[in-house]
Amino acid sequence: MGRFLVRRAIFMLGTLVLTTVLVFLLTRVLPGDVARVLLGREASPEAVAAKREELGLNDPLPVQYVTWAVDFVRGDWGETFASPRQEILPLVSERLVNSARLGLLTLAIALPLGILLGVIAGLSEGSLLDGAISIASLSVVSLPEFVTGLFLINTVALKWRDNPIADAVGWFPASSAVRADASFREALPALWLPALAATFVLLAYIVRLVRASVIEEMKKDYVRTAELKGLPARTVIVKHVLRNALIPTVTVIATSSGWLVSGLVVVESVFSYPGLGRLLLTTAIDNRDLPLIQAIVTVTAVIILLANLAADLLYALLNPRIRLG
Amino acid sequence: MSAEPVLRVSDLAISYRVNGHWLRAVDGVRLSIAAGEIAGLVGESGSGKSTVATGVLRYLPANGRVEPHSQIALAGDDLAARSRRAMRRIWGARIGFVPQDPGAALNPSLPVGEQIAEVLRRHEGLSRRAARDRALEMLRRVHLPDAAGLARRYPHELSGGQQQRVAIAMALSVSPQLLVLDEPTTSLDVTTEAAILDLVREQVSQTRAAALYVTHNLGVVAQLCDRVTVLYAGEVMEDAPVRDLFARPLHPYTIALIRSVPRLGTNKHRAPLPAIPGQPPSLSERPAGCVFEPRCPLAIPICRTKPPLEPSGSGRLVRCHRWQEIAAGEVAPELPTLDVQPAPTSNGDPLLHVERLAKHFPLRRTFDQFLRREPPQTVRAVDGVTLAIPQGHTLGLVGESGSGKTTLARVIIGLEPRTGGSIKLLGEDVSGTVRERAHSSLARLQMVFQNPQDSLNPYMTVGQALRRPLMKLAGLSRAEADAQAIRLLASVNLGPEYARRMPGELSGGEKQRVAIARAFASDPALILADEPVSSLDVSIQAAVLNLLARLQAERGTAYLFISHDLAVVGYLADTIAVMYLGELVETMPAESLLRPPHHPYTEALIAAIPQPDPDRPTAGNRLRGEPPAPGDVPRGCPFHPRCPRKLGPICETDAPPWQQAGSGHWIKCHIPPGDLATMQRQEHD
Repeated sequence: MGRFLVRRAIFMLGTLVLTTVLVFLLTRVLPGDVARVLLGREASPEAVAAKREELGLNDPLPVQYVTWAVDFVRGDWGETFASPRQEILPLVSERLVNSARLGLLTLAIALPLGILLGVIAGLSEGSLLDGAISIASLSVVSLPEFVTGLFLINTVALKWRDNPIADAVGWFPASSAVRADASFREALPALWLPALAATFVLLAYIVRLVRASVIEEMKKDYVRTAELKGLPARTVIVKHVLRNALIPTVTVIATSSGWLVSGLVVVESVFSYPGLGRLLLTTAIDNRDLPLIQAIVTVTAVIILLANLAADLLYALLNPRIRLG
Repeated sequence: MSAEPVLRVSDLAISYRVNGHWLRAVDGVRLSIAAGEIAGLVGESGSGKSTVATGVLRYLPANGRVEPHSQIALAGDDLAARSRRAMRRIWGARIGFVPQDPGAALNPSLPVGEQIAEVLRRHEGLSRRAARDRALEMLRRVHLPDAAGLARRYPHELSGGQQQRVAIAMALSVSPQLLVLDEPTTSLDVTTEAAILDLVREQVSQTRAAALYVTHNLGVVAQLCDRVTVLYAGEVMEDAPVRDLFARPLHPYTIALIRSVPRLGTNKHRAPLPAIPGQPPSLSERPAGCVFEPRCPLAIPICRTKPPLEPSGSGRLVRCHRWQEIAAGEVAPELPTLDVQPAPTSNGDPLLHVERLAKHFPLRRTFDQFLRREPPQTVRAVDGVTLAIPQGHTLGLVGESGSGKTTLARVIIGLEPRTGGSIKLLGEDVSGTVRERAHSSLARLQMVFQNPQDSLNPYMTVGQALRRPLMKLAGLSRAEADAQAIRLLASVNLGPEYARRMPGELSGGEKQRVAIARAFASDPALILADEPVSSLDVSIQAAVLNLLARLQAERGTAYLFISHDLAVVGYLADTIAVMYLGELVETMPAESLLRPPHHPYTEALIAAIPQPDPDRPTAGNRLRGEPPAPGDVPRGCPFHPRCPRKLGPICETDAPPWQQAGSGHWIKCHIPPGDLATMQRQEHD
């Protein structure tokens, strides 16, 4: 177990370094002189040269990378290029919190629903019910997020807009813009619809995964042993089958939760939700804001790697063959 | 005995739904088992023995059903019509089940103690604490050491024998009236099997449960059971007390089955094994008359009608039109005679000479060991093996799983690089792997694997599979190769039509014949055969063993024949080598198998074999413990921790010397061969 974790952690650290180096190089090889971008077209060559010196752009690339990495770790993430110039750290953390809220809510809906449907489909393999669940969840995932998102806005939000009760409660707004300092409770109404749209993306995946896993476990000898011990059907399924069937599922879900926090670009855009993905798309990339892009991608990479580490940890905890191996 | 039997099954019929049709798999089966009695249910694969067991348990798959007229009575209660819900009150409480493969049958992510305790909570309503205490008591009852520590462990942390003890403890925990055991020792080594059989015998006599023991192994039946039901194509052929059945079998199938088992001391030079021609019928083509008629050597026209299952003496039943003639000794199936002369004994140089061959696998260090800078450990799978095989001879290699016999074969054939030592074939050094060897030496050395399922390409016809080595190794043209493929098929008793078939269309025995034909394609001097018959039924196994003996006599090919079954090895081998933890401990001429002295390990292996003869019980002394973990081979003699004849401290410190016990007979032990012989003869008298 210890050896397993240490190996995973070392592996993770290596991946992190490689990712940041790639991002760093990418931002450095993009065309355009950063100093000139900052100072504008009319700046004199002397001013640009001075700015380059100030930003450390004349240093060799490895030195630049190390300087950037050390600053990043110390929490000095710099300022955005675009004016008004903003501190990057508070900006990104605010958006990160928003994205995390959306991701968590999505998981809270998609996980229980997906596992439930997957288990039902798996236990009734080949039946009409199984077919219905598979077709329904697949057809939902076949639609791109912006279609389901717009559909939700048009059917749910706009339809309920004139309903006085719904309006008074403030649920289902068409736009999910939230105040920066809103609490989770306050932000909840704005989160429902984007979370639902993101759930649609994830649901079929979870259902199919759980279903396949349940079907595979049901065929194993130990299920027969449990049945022939006379245990009630519910005990056989919950205590024996699910304990083993959910091990692979849990890890895959933990892995995909990293994507949930940082990858919901489309959903966040459709609902104008101020998350990390939208920040990357609209602010950072449109403005070619290199320090901001670099910070967001690094944060994303860290989150995805942490999610993977969590998945490994969970897998090891759930699986005695690894925990004790 | 007039007491009502615990289990009474009559007229049991079970059908499976296949492609929309209900096909009868089991018909007219009757069983009657009294308290404290062990009833054996024997049959080859496809005989319906597992179907009968799952039918009695009322645990058939969704496409199976017990026909309504069947009766299954457990202590007077009819089970045949119970719902699954009602059966859940009976399973575990009144019927205990012991599975075939305990490694797969225990839940991998629950501690074994909990897996026993949950049965007690369910059926006896015990509290968590009381159930846990009772579970520990059960673990002690099946003689597992350190019950408290063991209960917290997970199945993968136990050996196969320990897992099976846990499964037995689980099945017995609520004192069931009926115990159903489904081939519980098939996946175990012979020494572990003997210990598990002891345990089953002991527990059944203590708990007075009725036991239904399903197996294909006639030796186990003879050693363990009180009465036997012989099943063929879903019908009872014969039912008798175990002694009567083995002493005076009345059904031609029973007679053939008992004869086809190789016994210790039989050898290819004396007589071929009597095999049963043909194969059992499939579900869709069961004969309308006697189901055994198509394969029966005594069949006469009346056998096209179905014989009744009728009493044939006290406590005996038989289903045969001619049992009275057989009982009176008027007719009997003929025994086959030796039709080939054994290959002339060779002289001069050995064909294969392996010297001090070693194969070590490095073990990964744990992180702690890495920090403490301990050197990496190695598993000595093969450690300094020296052997020679003369032309046209068979060297039989025996040992339990983990002894390194398969690794030895893989190094000799060149699939694994060796760690040390040398391999010479006809004086030419072939120590490298397959890639480094000359083309000519590849053709001279071929292999037959244990599982023909996995060694034949499922997308190639038999003809294509045979053509490849003929063209690549024997250098024939395509047309010549195709003609030669037909001749090869004929030599393994398969018709030319087989050349166009796919492996999926063949039975297990046919596949192994094709694998043998392929090995012979390049006309090799030596064939390594790794457990080639252990996945086959006894009647088929006998035919394949005869085939190997005949091909050897005709072509003068030498074999390195690997098996865990000493009786099989003894049948085919000229010389026997016994392997333990990567080392040879004894080499002897095959005829010495029944004549002491032997290495104490060989002695234990011989003693543990369940003989298909109730009057020759297996010896009572069992090996202590289990083989040590790989990478943890004891110092001195590797066998000393388990050796019943350990001399003293010298066994723990000094590697034993090879001592000569006779012509071509060597034993690696500190005890002088003369002393060993005296000790072992005394034991047998």
